[in-house]
Amino acid sequence: MEPNQLTIHEIKKLLGAREVQPEDVVSALKKRIGAINPKVRAYVRVENTSLDYAKSDSPSGDTLKGIPICLKDNICTAGFNTECCSRILEGFKPPYDATATEKLKDAGALVLETKANMDEFAFGSSTENSFFGPSHNPWNLEYVPGGSSGGVAAAVASDMAIAGLGSDTGGSIRQPASFCGVVGLKPTYGRVSRYGLIAFASSLDQIGPITKDVEDNAILSGVIFGHDSRDSTSAQVEVPDYTKCLGKDIKELKIGIPKEYFVEGIDPEVKKIVDEAVDKIKGLGAQCRQVSLPHTEYAVPVYYIIATAEASSNLARFDAVQYGLRAAKPQGLIDMYKKTRGLGFGEEAKRRIILGTFALSHGYYDAYYMRALKVRTLIRQDFERVFKECDCIITPTSPTAAFKIGEKRDDPLKMYLSDIYTISVNLAGIPGISLPCGFTKKGLPVGLQVLADNFDEAMLFRVAHAYEQATEWHKMKPKL
Amino acid sequence: MSISRQTVEYTAHLARIELEGGQLDKLSLQLQDIINFIDKLGKLDIAGIEPTSHVLPIQNVFRQDRKEDSVSPQDALACAPEKEGHFFKVPKIIE
Repeated sequence: MEPNQLTIHEIKKLLGAREVQPEDVVSALKKRIGAINPKVRAYVRVENTSLDYAKSDSPSGDTLKGIPICLKDNICTAGFNTECCSRILEGFKPPYDATATEKLKDAGALVLETKANMDEFAFGSSTENSFFGPSHNPWNLEYVPGGSSGGVAAAVASDMAIAGLGSDTGGSIRQPASFCGVVGLKPTYGRVSRYGLIAFASSLDQIGPITKDVEDNAILSGVIFGHDSRDSTSAQVEVPDYTKCLGKDIKELKIGIPKEYFVEGIDPEVKKIVDEAVDKIKGLGAQCRQVSLPHTEYAVPVYYIIATAEASSNLARFDAVQYGLRAAKPQGLIDMYKKTRGLGFGEEAKRRIILGTFALSHGYYDAYYMRALKVRTLIRQDFERVFKECDCIITPTSPTAAFKIGEKRDDPLKMYLSDIYTISVNLAGIPGISLPCGFTKKGLPVGLQVLADNFDEAMLFRVAHAYEQATEWHKMKPKL
Repeated sequence: MSISRQTVEYTAHLARIELEGGQLDKLSLQLQDIINFIDKLGKLDIAGIEPTSHVLPIQNVFRQDRKEDSVSPQDALACAPEKEGHFFKVPKIIE
């Protein structure tokens, strides 16, 4: 097996035993990227994969010593392009590292000069909204890898990365992880500093790891979690050693299966695969029972008010003054804003900014924005009620496996509904993980989502690891 | 609720986004679809429900008021589309 095919924990062992050198891992990745990226297009930039570049940061820790980690194009890297796959940020080189980037480097990770594809500003579920064009699903190049962190998920799934960081506002880590057959975690809101994550919706955004297996996810979480004074929404909650949650049994755990997640809209094949996964988990000794999250059907409309309202406010900063694009020959200041933003934002970004501006505007604020905030409370209370009697919840990650490139591009509403099982989690703030649980007849991966109460990522790793170790899904590789 | 082409045009102006005529037509139709879908929230009884604008009980995060290192003017200006000396340069705003 080539070093690029390995997991973090496997490489750590080999590096420790001096059976492999960081150079070997980096050059294997470089070779793989050269061969496969033109087809998969997981990376939008591969400038410098030399070890000298990565080593220049002289890492102090050794949790990730010598391990290359890839980043989504919205996580800031000092001096290296971070453009959110948007024309409006073309050429932007941040003056600082995101806290998550800094923590990776401090732990000894190699952050190479590469950036992974995404939907522009994370607005999308397929990476088709990228200014650089779509990524392709490594399991079938005619299909989307999911989104918005589709580039990272596709890179990890196709061994062009060992592991990576994405961001999740409504499912943008979990849904692509599910479509690409890898493991993706959306941590509890406040777990990971948002400093240096280019903001989409500040009350929903979280950075999280996308990895080849659950153990790697636990390792990376341990590195990037924790309080940061530079993000005032970051939580002062202790971070346990998640590797200790691995290998524990799940006997007697109470697991809720929400009935609203198995009704109309779910692909029967996905339902069957998830049902089988639930049976497997029962077989491991857990007690599974049906629960209800009655406000599930309202999550998507609530999300598309709150997320777009916050986005319209956050994206006001792209004003052609401090960085990024400026349209040529503007007639005054307002014209400069309007021309630049008309030119620099893609279709979906414009749609969301205008929808959000509408929801916040005079005369519509109470009918839309305020009402959405109140329904958000109802959605949050649904979960609070269930977690009083259950240790975790299990659902499908997405109602379908990956869809074809172009299939939903001209129907924004249909695209929004592909996040129906992931969106409530961001609204409630709770953590969720997606891990592979089978394949459709067409050979596309299906994801299982595990949800737990606030700050109980330990429960997610425990349940996900127990299921993963009882199955072989995480060992499957796409043929490219 | 119906959303007119005129409302979309005005909202785009508020959001400082220039749209071409064709874009405006297409967007008006799409936004109407989305608004129709969102309007299902109207059937829920929300009397007495408190809004959630933030999920964590964090309020008033303060820090010590002391001098800290920050980005240098040179770095801050490095990506500016237009600059002059230590300043960002913009079109004339006062006649």
